[in-house]
Amino acid sequence: MNLLGVLQDAYPTLLKGLFTTVEVTVISLLIAAVLGIITCLFRISRIPPLRWIARFYIWLIRGTPMLVQAMYIYLALPQLLQMITGSNVKISIFAASIATLSLNAGAYMSEIFRGAIEAVPKGQTEAARSLGLSYGQTMRKVVLPQAVKICLPSLVNQCIITLKDSTILYAIGLAEIMYYGKVYVGRTFAVFGTYTWIAVFFLVVISILSFISRKIENRLKK
Amino acid sequence: MSVTGTEPKIIVKDLRKNFEMEVLKGINAEIDKGEVVCVIGPSGSGKSTFLRCLNALEEASGGQIFVDGEEITAKKADVNRIRRHIGMVFQSFNLFPNMTVKQNIAMAPSLLKIKSKEEADARAMELLERVNLSEKADAKPADLSGGQQQRVAIARALAMDPDIMLFDEPTSALDPEMVGEVLQVMKELAEAGMTMVVVTHEMGFARDVADRIFFVDEGIIMEEGTPEEVFDHPQNPRTQSFLSKVL
Repeated sequence: MNLLGVLQDAYPTLLKGLFTTVEVTVISLLIAAVLGIITCLFRISRIPPLRWIARFYIWLIRGTPMLVQAMYIYLALPQLLQMITGSNVKISIFAASIATLSLNAGAYMSEIFRGAIEAVPKGQTEAARSLGLSYGQTMRKVVLPQAVKICLPSLVNQCIITLKDSTILYAIGLAEIMYYGKVYVGRTFAVFGTYTWIAVFFLVVISILSFISRKIENRLKK
Repeated sequence: MSVTGTEPKIIVKDLRKNFEMEVLKGINAEIDKGEVVCVIGPSGSGKSTFLRCLNALEEASGGQIFVDGEEITAKKADVNRIRRHIGMVFQSFNLFPNMTVKQNIAMAPSLLKIKSKEEADARAMELLERVNLSEKADAKPADLSGGQQQRVAIARALAMDPDIMLFDEPTSALDPEMVGEVLQVMKELAEAGMTMVVVTHEMGFARDVADRIFFVDEGIIMEEGTPEEVFDHPQNPRTQSFLSKVL
């Protein structure tokens, strides 16, 4: 079967999968951003227990593969909870997918935020504090606006990584693009065509993301 | 030292500061209202650290500092409030790159609700005129020369209507041809009666403008006196050796 033939035949299925991929990614990234900000604030906090919590979380996520995390959240955690509570605990594939992706991206984002905040020269903080601004006011008015600019490229990069990593969730049965691709291949044996188009779909979405981020970056530079 | 009989503006008692090593080893000083003190000394002598302790940008490891009779080194001191009337100018300007020149100056007074937005803006324009930069109000700091940036930084500090101004090597990062314009602004400020503590390598300025010179070396004030005393008749061998290298 030729490539165009496969596209014509498979695109409704693949688009359905791509929609789930994008949906799960977008929801997860939004949660991850909030999680990342909170973790980052914990990480740079002057209160040691908050710092420990943040470091433990980052350590845990960075130190385990996402596939293991997904299996753990979807299968191992419900069993653990069942043993503790005695009642039947079940988590949906969709919820487990969102939890995995957001916990993952949240940990990496918190490090991106921290890096950006620390990249703002110390003299900026000193100048603001010397004018009588509090720590919070200094953060809000001086440090964070500059940190946002600094972290933007890495943040977009993280979004792209998360989008691509979402294909791992195929392993716990999330009906995303890989899942539908596999189903289509099983029916038609159009291996080459199907995976080529899946790759192209990703390239298109990620190119659009990169384009938007370049626009935003250029605008912020002014 | 007080001429008027009132209490000195700034009193420093046995100020100590340790980082990895002891940087300040017991500084004692009194500075009167309206006095201009220039702090000179070799690099690494602790003169910048001393200055940064005066507005609690560095936390003292020991000793006490009183500003207007209030102990700023006290555990419970409200440093945010105290810093409002102590302006500071840095070697590297530290203007906020995300704001225009005018916003740099007007931000603190309006954010801290000392002035309304309109008052703060009007005051910013007034100060820009004073440092001859009215036409740069809407420019970004990055578009200004070093000398212009430092003059804006001075205006920014003045916008809080401080009665003490601290200068930390304000001309050391400038190209030689821009040093004069910054020193001129500082000189005008001194003539207007501002209490100033200036860490500087500009010996000409120190001799010209200072009421008193502190020579700091090895974490203490080795010698102090009028510019004539310190520059023309230095008593301490360390002062003599330092001055022979820089004059």
